[in-house]
Amino acid sequence: MDQSPSIHYVPILLIFVLAAGLASVIILLSRYVGRHRPTKEKLEPYECGVEPVGSARERQSVKFYLVAMVFLLFDIEIIFLVPWAVIFKKALQDPAFQSLKWVLYGEMMVFMVVLLAGLFYVWRKGILDWSK
Amino acid sequence: MTNLLLEWVIKCGVMLFILLTAVAYLTFLERKVMSWIQLRTGPNRAGPWGLLTPAADGLKMLLKEDILPTAATKWLYIIAPAISVIPALMTFVVIPYGGTVNLFGRTIELHVTNINIALLYIFALTSLGVYGLAIAGWSSNNKYSLMGGLRSSAQMISYELALGLSIVGVLLLSGSLDLTKIVESQISAWGGYRWNVFLQPLGFPIFFIAALAETNRTPFDLPEADSELVAGYHTEYSGMKFAMFQMAEYLNLITSVSLSVTLYFGGWYGPGVETYPLLGVFYFAAKAFVFIFIIMWIRFTMPRFRYDQLMKFGWKVLLPFAIVNVILTGTMIMILNS
Repeated sequence: MDQSPSIHYVPILLIFVLAAGLASVIILLSRYVGRHRPTKEKLEPYECGVEPVGSARERQSVKFYLVAMVFLLFDIEIIFLVPWAVIFKKALQDPAFQSLKWVLYGEMMVFMVVLLAGLFYVWRKGILDWSK
Repeated sequence: MTNLLLEWVIKCGVMLFILLTAVAYLTFLERKVMSWIQLRTGPNRAGPWGLLTPAADGLKMLLKEDILPTAATKWLYIIAPAISVIPALMTFVVIPYGGTVNLFGRTIELHVTNINIALLYIFALTSLGVYGLAIAGWSSNNKYSLMGGLRSSAQMISYELALGLSIVGVLLLSGSLDLTKIVESQISAWGGYRWNVFLQPLGFPIFFIAALAETNRTPFDLPEADSELVAGYHTEYSGMKFAMFQMAEYLNLITSVSLSVTLYFGGWYGPGVETYPLLGVFYFAAKAFVFIFIIMWIRFTMPRFRYDQLMKFGWKVLLPFAIVNVILTGTMIMILNS
């Protein structure tokens, strides 16, 4: 298999078509194969047999939004680590890079310390305390 | 070119078949392991030793009434199971389950495809699975479902950070995102046993715990905590749509154990693989099976976390340790290569 790397993405397209096809077949089958005897009570939201009280779409705890925002920040920072992690060992072993190796190491360590500092800031602000 | 295409079509088809069979029998195995641990017989009615139970289950699911709740947002409710099952089926294509074998007069590499950003691809797809759960929870318009959906999204994104950071340690050691290269880097020294688990004694436990949380397994099965949320995000689902969520869950389990084996336990490598390359598939399956058994064992032994404990553990224990693990690994590599 000496083709260009992009040809190796063809099976991913293929498996996407197969998986999507399988999912739609299952959904259609469940629509048309099983029995259907709907009654009003059966189609109500399940609340342990009691009549549903109000709508489910109430406002939710703000904690979930905070966690989602903090996640976004940290996840982007992790993505920044990936290219560094992939080239780090090769760059250290490459003689042409010897003068830069402390920069390569030190900058990332500073970045990690900033990451830890950010985590402790979020921690002190109480975003991670769910019982409050 | 047509040969290559044919090879891919066959590999994708066989992979789908094996994955779906494995999922069916994992549900059976789970119940059997549970019954052994609890000193019961377990399912033993359909077929010899109950071996046809998965088929009977599938038929039952298919014939069950497909409920479309009046309060639900219809089209989101219908596509939510598809959103969670499609990415789960797609992740396995990049995982190498063997080396190179000669079969039918041609050289066949034992992975469906080989892309150089395989690990990023897997992470991107497993993150997409969150949408399925969140959409299912919201569109059902049921309070239990909504709580389950919100909990599972918050839990999965929290543990994804620790998971992503623990992977960075492996990337530092192998210098590639390509899973075949990661396996090769592990078997290239120490007689084939320089497995990353020995080099990452802190990284592997973090990865494993975070993977348990990502796949919503006990002790992290908060999204469907049956004693408080009925069934969590799939409370309103019945029949095959419910089965699709179960499928997605077991597929994610298979993906995460395969990833543990590939990243930390030398992938398909084992004694005798050089002479009989097909043994690689066996070793891969055996290692994955050991992990699956351990995960089931954990399920029937451990109680569930409380939600605040879960978030506390993910953010205040796993995440700092994962950051420290990256710093330690980077420093060690710096020292050893200076």
